[in-house]
Amino acid sequence: MLDVNIPVGDRVQVRRIERSGWADRLFVFGGKVLFLAVLAMALLLPLLAIFWRGFSNDMGQGGGLAAARQLLASEHFHWLLGNSLRVSLTVAIIVVPLAYVFAYALQRTLIPAKGLWRAISLLPLLAPSMLPAIALIYLFGNQGLLRGLFADNIYGFWGIVIGEVIYTFPHALMILLSALSLSDARLFDAASSMGASAWRSFYSITWPASRQAVFAAFCLVFTLTITDFGVPVIVGGDYQVLAIEAYKAVVGQQQFGRGALIGMVLLVPALISFSMDAWLRRRQRSFMSGRAQVFTPQPSTWRDGGYLVIVVLICTALLAVLGMAVFSSLVKFWPYNLSLSLKHYLFNENAGGGWLAYRNSLVLASCSAVIGSALIFTGAYLMEKTRGQAGLDLALRILTFRPMAVPGLVLGLGYVFFFNLPDNPLHSLYGSMALLVICTIAHYLTTAHMTATTALRQLDTEFEAAALSLKVPLHRHYLRVTLPICLPAVLDIVRYLFVSAMTTVSAAIFLYSPDSILAAVAVLNMDDAGNVGGAAAMSTLILFTSAAVSLLLAWTSRGLLRRSQAWRQSTPSH
Amino acid sequence: MLCSLPTAEASPSVQVRIADLQKSFGAFKALDNVSLAVSPGELVCLLGPSGCGKTTLLRCIAGLERQNRGTIYLGGRDVSNLPPQARDYGIVFQSYALFPNLNVEQNIGYGLTGSARDIVRQRVGDMLELVGLTGSETKYPGQLSGGQQQRVALARALAPAPSLLLLDEPMSALDAQVREHLCMELRSLQQRLGITTLMVTHNQEEAMLMADRIAVMNQGCIEQYASPQSIYEHPQTPFVANFVGQGNWLSFEGNGSGHAQVGALQLRLAGGVAPRAAGRLFCRPEAICVNPLQGEENLFAAQMREVTFLGNRCRVSFEFDALPGQSLTAEISASQLPSSGTRNIRVALPPSSLQVFA
Repeated sequence: MLDVNIPVGDRVQVRRIERSGWADRLFVFGGKVLFLAVLAMALLLPLLAIFWRGFSNDMGQGGGLAAARQLLASEHFHWLLGNSLRVSLTVAIIVVPLAYVFAYALQRTLIPAKGLWRAISLLPLLAPSMLPAIALIYLFGNQGLLRGLFADNIYGFWGIVIGEVIYTFPHALMILLSALSLSDARLFDAASSMGASAWRSFYSITWPASRQAVFAAFCLVFTLTITDFGVPVIVGGDYQVLAIEAYKAVVGQQQFGRGALIGMVLLVPALISFSMDAWLRRRQRSFMSGRAQVFTPQPSTWRDGGYLVIVVLICTALLAVLGMAVFSSLVKFWPYNLSLSLKHYLFNENAGGGWLAYRNSLVLASCSAVIGSALIFTGAYLMEKTRGQAGLDLALRILTFRPMAVPGLVLGLGYVFFFNLPDNPLHSLYGSMALLVICTIAHYLTTAHMTATTALRQLDTEFEAAALSLKVPLHRHYLRVTLPICLPAVLDIVRYLFVSAMTTVSAAIFLYSPDSILAAVAVLNMDDAGNVGGAAAMSTLILFTSAAVSLLLAWTSRGLLRRSQAWRQSTPSH
Repeated sequence: MLCSLPTAEASPSVQVRIADLQKSFGAFKALDNVSLAVSPGELVCLLGPSGCGKTTLLRCIAGLERQNRGTIYLGGRDVSNLPPQARDYGIVFQSYALFPNLNVEQNIGYGLTGSARDIVRQRVGDMLELVGLTGSETKYPGQLSGGQQQRVALARALAPAPSLLLLDEPMSALDAQVREHLCMELRSLQQRLGITTLMVTHNQEEAMLMADRIAVMNQGCIEQYASPQSIYEHPQTPFVANFVGQGNWLSFEGNGSGHAQVGALQLRLAGGVAPRAAGRLFCRPEAICVNPLQGEENLFAAQMREVTFLGNRCRVSFEFDALPGQSLTAEISASQLPSSGTRNIRVALPPSSLQVFA
């Protein structure tokens, strides 16, 4: 008999198994508890702090029930609320149909250069919301290139609307692109075999499968607009909205209670649309079957030509606005001396942070991306692939979906109220870069978590069981199998968090200190100080940094995919 | 050849004993007081329709589901509350769950961590030889056929020399053509290694082909646990009779003279019938004699309705003249078919082939 057994003594093996059992329990249980603690600190407690602050009767803070009643009854509040609703509704009504047509063109027609159009349309994601607003000033402002086009000036309702349309367009587009990417060719074959017209098959197949996404996009655009103050602060002029009022109450007048009350008002539309969306999503589920065949459109000159014209028009408009911002940042002295220079990029003479702010933003974005993706992906893995802590899992599921419904402005206010408490042992974090990192991760958690969950759900559910039966510790399995397979999704999360951290202003505006000032905040400060050129330059810098990092990560991801082609070419099954 | 095969020598095959296992998912009872004993070296199939609890039982033994009540012994050791890592078994899943980013060698060596590298390599080489895939070390699972993937999964499960092998529908992802061949291969491998094996399947042919004993499961219970032959020839419950193979059913009443009365027919049964008994008679199609040469008992006139040609055999559906409207099926060799065009036949139901169910 040839002895080829593993020379591992029985006792050694038993000890190894016991140790790996402990390591697994620590990894699973400890990981979940840690994730829950982070979520509680970064999300739950700050949100509770808003309610506590809004309803407490501290003198001179503008909070409490009496103040709330007074606020809700005041003429000024009604005016602000009306303005906010009007702007947000208008933006949503304009953006969603445009984005739907655009997404339809990219997914269901045969227009050329789809990659190019998609890249251009997503560009606004890479810049803070102030950038389109600044560009609008240079285009249609009192000294703008095309000032004749607008009868009055751009400051006011239409300025805000156009700025927000550009800012929210890619957000709506992403939702609709993914909704329209799912379609079952067999349904269209069945429809045409029964003699249905193109319009009829759109109405009976495409529309029912995408209307939930249309609703979701509408809600997202509405919520983004009503809580954004980057655009109105720059082109709003005398046309005030609620988001600005909340910002002024907290930062300008130190009226924390009043800020909290407005924050709660702003939370309402987000919560309503979030819960309706969740409800619709649950009803939607049965629409796609697992055996669907991918739909490939047939060439049609008229249809493709028509869509191409629309797509080119939209892309031209976006490029014109973004290009205007870049161009204006290079102009020596608008509008008198149009020769080019890099003068505006010498931020040192300006108030508002300058290169320190840019460096801080890089640190924030890198830390948020690295720490955030490690935390979120590992958390998603534990939630998705391990069992036995039903209570913990439920708490985690509820908390990970919360940030989606909480606008950055409201989250930022919550951080102010929670971390600025003198009695809070975490008070020392206030104003530090660490808190900005925590806040950024918490703010963008849901989308990143959903990306991670989607990737993890595509893995065979028995991988973990196989690893356990082979006595391999779970954390080793996670690093050796799960992570390598999901690396493209992880890089996607890294990119998303990096870009979001570079461009965010809504929560950070309340949390920075002079040492931790951020680039996007510097844009606001410079614009406030009348240095629009500097603001344009900083916005441009953010845009190009985000674009460069995105390209770098996309390139890395492609390289990884090519290197792993040997095993990715087909999934091992049946 | 045989003596150079790696064996599971360090951990000799174990006895598996399951006592009063219960498992519910919410209100649904997946396992209802299941008890089962598997002898060392035996291959037992858990056979049943989907949702009968066979996979749940396997996953409980593997520690992947935790039972609500009951005990699981592996080789005399109570493992009921141990995590999967501490139970000492190898498992092959329906999907095989091969790690796509690891090549064949890394997949098979996955459970061998902690051993020196050249020992791992040696072991992987031995396992590949065992399953007949020598030379595939550097291939990835995606580059292998379904049958090859199954063998890699088997090699991976056996590499750490477990004392128990669990197979969860290992054949269901394969084409029908290769299935029977792989069944035979798997069975001969299992017999050479002498490893205790539990296999879940919903396919009775696989179970018949491979198992020493079959546990037929239905609605969370084991209906019958016996050798393939006795399951087929002596089903203990109507469910087993129906689920395994084909059969004819006839309702009867005891007529007082020790015979079973089926409509206008009087049938003699091997065990006799009590006067007031009532129930159903069960009879396999191939046990029915058509136009017998000798004078069989229970011989009656019948009409042929339909003949289906099955190659070496024919399936004949017929009606007794005395039981119009009740179609029965017999399976006979083609040579036994009446040669002339007549539809009139005589059919015998031998008493030994008639089984009584309440």
